[in-house]
This record gives sequence, structure tokens and C-alpha cells, in this order.
Amino acid sequence: MDFANAIVALLNFVFVPATAYGAQLALGALGVTLIYSILRFSNFAHGDTMAFGTMVAILFTWGFQSLGISAGPLPTALLALPFAIAVTAGFVLGTDRVVYRFYRRQRAAPAIYIIVSLGVMFIMNGLVRLIIGVKDIDFADGGRFLISAGEFKERTGLAEGLAIKSTAAVTVVCAFIVMAWLFWFLQNTRTGKSMRAFSDNEDLALLSGINPDRVVRVTWVIAAGLATIAGVLYGLDKGFKPFVYFQLLLPIFASAVVGGLGSPKGAVAGGFIIAYSEVLVTYAWKKVLGYLLPDSMMPDGLAQLLGTDYKFAVSFAILIIVLLFRPTGLFKGKSV
Amino acid sequence: MIVVEDLHRHFGGFHAVDGASLKIATGSITGLIGPNGAGKTTLFNVIAGRLPPTSGRVLMDGEDITGLPPHELFHKGLLRTFQIAHEFGSMSVRENLMMVPAAQSGETLWNAWFGRKGIAAEERALRQKADEVLEFLTIGHLADQKASQISGGQKKLLELGRTMMVDAKIVFLDEVGAGVNRTLLNTIGDAIVRLNKERGYTFCVIEHDMDFIARLCDPVIVMAEGKVLAEGSVDVVKNDERVIEAYLGTGLKNKVAANG
Ligand SMILES: Nc1ncnc2c1ncn2[C@@H]1O[C@H](COP(=O)(O)OP(=O)(O)OP(=O)(O)O)[C@@H](O)[C@H]1O
Ligand SMILES: [Mg+2]
Repeated sequence: MDFANAIVALLNFVFVPATAYGAQLALGALGVTLIYSILRFSNFAHGDTMAFGTMVAILFTWGFQSLGISAGPLPTALLALPFAIAVTAGFVLGTDRVVYRFYRRQRAAPAIYIIVSLGVMFIMNGLVRLIIGVKDIDFADGGRFLISAGEFKERTGLAEGLAIKSTAAVTVVCAFIVMAWLFWFLQNTRTGKSMRAFSDNEDLALLSGINPDRVVRVTWVIAAGLATIAGVLYGLDKGFKPFVYFQLLLPIFASAVVGGLGSPKGAVAGGFIIAYSEVLVTYAWKKVLGYLLPDSMMPDGLAQLLGTDYKFAVSFAILIIVLLFRPTGLFKGKSV
Repeated sequence: MIVVEDLHRHFGGFHAVDGASLKIATGSITGLIGPNGAGKTTLFNVIAGRLPPTSGRVLMDGEDITGLPPHELFHKGLLRTFQIAHEFGSMSVRENLMMVPAAQSGETLWNAWFGRKGIAAEERALRQKADEVLEFLTIGHLADQKASQISGGQKKLLELGRTMMVDAKIVFLDEVGAGVNRTLLNTIGDAIVRLNKERGYTFCVIEHDMDFIARLCDPVIVMAEGKVLAEGSVDVVKNDERVIEAYLGTGLKNKVAANG
């Protein structure tokens, strides 16, 4: 019984939240990695693109709610998603037209792009706060739990409960569908293949008649879609606060780099690696150990390696370690 | 017909192409030779839209194509290969070839998602064509290999194969035979002649191998120091004093002289 309780506690406090968080990071990292492999720069505005997309989704959600439209047990935000993606894609394409295209024509160095994307980041950040404010917004509606802790305890008779929030379930299912679609798209459609070709060898892609403007446009649209979906799923799960998306930039970049910048598979793997590391390191193991160890061996404290306040240090540490020992990441040599 | 008029391309103070003027007649296999650093590759880069010229013009069948981007030139039927072979490293050899004909219905987003049927038929046709090209170039057995893993000479064949996937008008080959063994070089030579005769391709061929040039090309254009030195049949050019002069010190003089 103690062992079963330990497992359930682990599932409840580590596995479920880390999987949902990992899926959110993976979606974010996919966007960063796609931009990197096609446009060849690290887009620091990606976190705020997520915030922007989420903001639009929230506005649509409120609109639907006031019209009495809902998605039953699912969050209304899912209905708003296609509209939010369209608006965000439009905004991002506009940014490319007004800002990035100029530097592309100049064949600007990557460092310049990074600074430019920082500028875009500040503008998007300000825009989001201006439009929707800086307060916490909880826009998750529909059913709260897929399985609630009480229900679980009753059915199994265990002391520990396993709660699965419906937002966590929605996150994982959505992320899975989106990733499956993206990989199918890159592998099997002509457009996807031209993106891979462009990422492999830009000169040759141009010579093969691939229109670079089109590839760039499609890439921005997909990146905006990924950012919006990642942002909305994260916001549903943990609440929306513009500043948090800016902070997410670090674990997202860490995910992309751990997996190997430019590799979509790597971005997914990296997302889960970072999420699990973060949760495992900041989890207070006291409870699980209490079930497993005899009293005499119990540690005094919470058995927590790092306070949750320091969770971003985990991404940072992993980022540094990877850059030092394997700068090309796990899936090195692979591009889109 | 390609006409190059007083073309310049400078890198800082260095004049890699320094006022080159030349014509490539439709239907010809024109050779372009010259010592290392003569500006041949740079000239190709400017004609094929990879580098903008410092000044000068390039005309294709009377139309000004100066500075057009490579993908637009591709759709006009102007193709080139690279001196250092390029490939899509993450794809198989066959997929590399299948990337080429980019102007087809699969290119629209709408079709990519909703028009699957027509695309499947198109993919089949493309695949068959790619396999035929690979067979023709004697590298059919490599179809499923990763393109990054094949040898340098095989990559050269793949470069040539790329130009065979579409109906090109004019193809610029930059040392397509370098690093390829004699037997394969002959195969490449045969392929060029056949494409020229049967499909009406015009070729402009950079090559250091004089036997190869002598066998295929008429006329031959000689470049040195960014300028066109001489033009004419192989025999005429080989005996031109200025040409022998230009090759002096590169060790090729003896070779040119011995062959002549
Ligand atoms: N991007 C560049 N920047 C600066 N100099 C360049 C550049 N590209 C070419 N050059 C210079 O221009 C000159 C001509 O080079 P190019 O490659 O056109 O010669 P080539 O005739 O093709 O020679 P080879 O037979 O060796 O291939 C060389 O001196 C080269 O160093
Ligand atoms: Mg050259």
C-alpha cells in the first residue's frame, strides 16, 4: 500500500504536471527552432508572440462567453484558438514585412537579427499590457477535472489522490495532435519539404526554384500558430500573466538548445527534458520518501533540492552544461 | 541566347570579374576555361543571380535578367550547378531530385492539405522520373541513401541530375567533372551531348580537363583576370599566344601546348 501511495504521489505531483508543462515547452521550442532553421536567427520575441496570441484568444473567449457560446466540457478558449492563430499570424507577417524583411535584404548578421527581435519583443510586450493589462487572468472554463483527487481516493481506497486537471489533459492531447501534424507536414507535403530543403541548403533551394518569400511566410504562419497554441495551453493550465511569457523564454530556448537548435525532434525532446528536470529538482520529496523509507531514515527537511522560486535556474544550468559539453544538442547535425 | 555585356563584379578593391562581355548561342555547348582565379565561378554566380553585379547587364533571349533571384531564373529555364557540390543533406538522393520541379500543384497550401489525390499521382510521376535520371547517371543504387553520405564524385552526378529533372533552356555547369573518375567523366560527357541533342539544352561548361572540353565544346571562351581573353574553336584558342601566356606559370601551358 505504501508503495502504491508513493507511486500515486509521484504521478500526481511530478508526472502529470511535468508532462503538461513539457508539452507546452515543446510547442514553444518548436516555434523557436523552426524560425531558427529557416530564418537563421534566435527569435527572442517568441515568448511575447505567445503572450500576444494568448491575449487574442482570451479576447475571443470573452466574446464567445458573452454570446453564450461554449464548448461544453472543453474550455471555450479552444474555439477561440483558430481565430487567435489567424490574428497572430497576421500580426507576425506584418512584423516580418515591416521589420525583418529589411534586414533579410541586407543579409544582416545573426547578431543584428537577435537585437531586432529584442526590439520586436519589447513592442509586443508593451502592446499586450496596453490591451489586456498586467493582472492575472483565469480564462479556463468547462470541466475542472478529468479525475479529481477525492474521486480517485474513493475508488482506489488509497491515502494519496491523483488529480488530473482537464487543462492538463487538453494540453497533452492538443500538443500531441499539433506535433503529429507538424511532423507529417514537414515530412510529406511539398511545402514542408521545401522548408526542410531551405533549412538544409538555402542556395540550393533557391536554385531548385523554391520561392524563399513563400517559405518564409509559411514559416512565420506556422510559428505564430505554434506560439498561440503553446501560450493558450500554458495560460489555461496556469493562468495568463503577460510577464510570465517573457520569463518562459528561458526554458523554451533551453529546450530548443538541449535538443539541438533547428531540429524539431530535438525541440520536443528538449521540452520534456527541461520540464521534468525542473519539476524533479523543485519537488519536495518528503511525502514520497515518507511512504518508502523507515522513520529512522527520514530526512528532516522537505527533501527539496531547490526552492520553486529558483526553478528557472534549472533551465539555465542545463543550458550552460549543454553549451559547454555538447553545443549542437542531442539531435546534432539534424536540421528541419 | 545569353548575352553578357561589360559585366563587373568587385569584392572590395578586387575586380573578380572585370568587364567581361560574351555570348552563349542557343543550342551550343560553350566551354569556359581559364586559370584558377580567372573569375569563372564569379561570372556564373552573377549570371545565375547568386551575386548582384557591380555593373553590367545579362540578357536572356533579349530580356534583361540582371540581378533576378535564382528561383525566378529557374522558372525561366536557367539552371546551374555548383563547383563544390551542394545537396539537401537530410534527404535521400531520390528526394533531392524530387525537390527540383517546384512549380506544381503541391506548392499551394490549400493543395498540400486538401488536394491529396492529384498530388499523389504527381509524386509518383516525379519519383519515377527521379529514378530514371539516377539510372541514367549510373547511380540508381544510391536512391535511398542520405545525400550527405555519398561521395564527392557522386554528388557531382547528383548536381547534373538536378538539371535533368526539368526542361531547362540553359544550364551552367561549374566543373561538373572535377573529382570524378575517367569512366564517369565520359558518362557525364555523353549525358551532356544527349541532353543537348535530344532535349535542346544549351550548355555553358567550366572545366579544367582539356580533353573533356575538346570533346564537347564549340566554341570555347577563355577568361583571365576577370576579362574574356579569346573565343573560338578549341584548336584556335589553344594556339592563341595570349591564352598560352595567361596559363604560363600554372603548369597548364605545357599541357595546352602538348595537346596542340
Ligand atoms: N566572395 C568573395 N569575396 C572575395 N573574393 C572573392 C569572392 N569570391 C571570389 N573571390 C575572388 O575572386 C577571384 C575569382 O574567383 P573565381 O572563383 O571566380 O575563380 P575561378 O575562375 O572560378 O577559379 P577556379 O578555376 O579555381 O574555380 C579569386 O581571386 C577569388 O579569391
Ligand atoms: Mg571556379
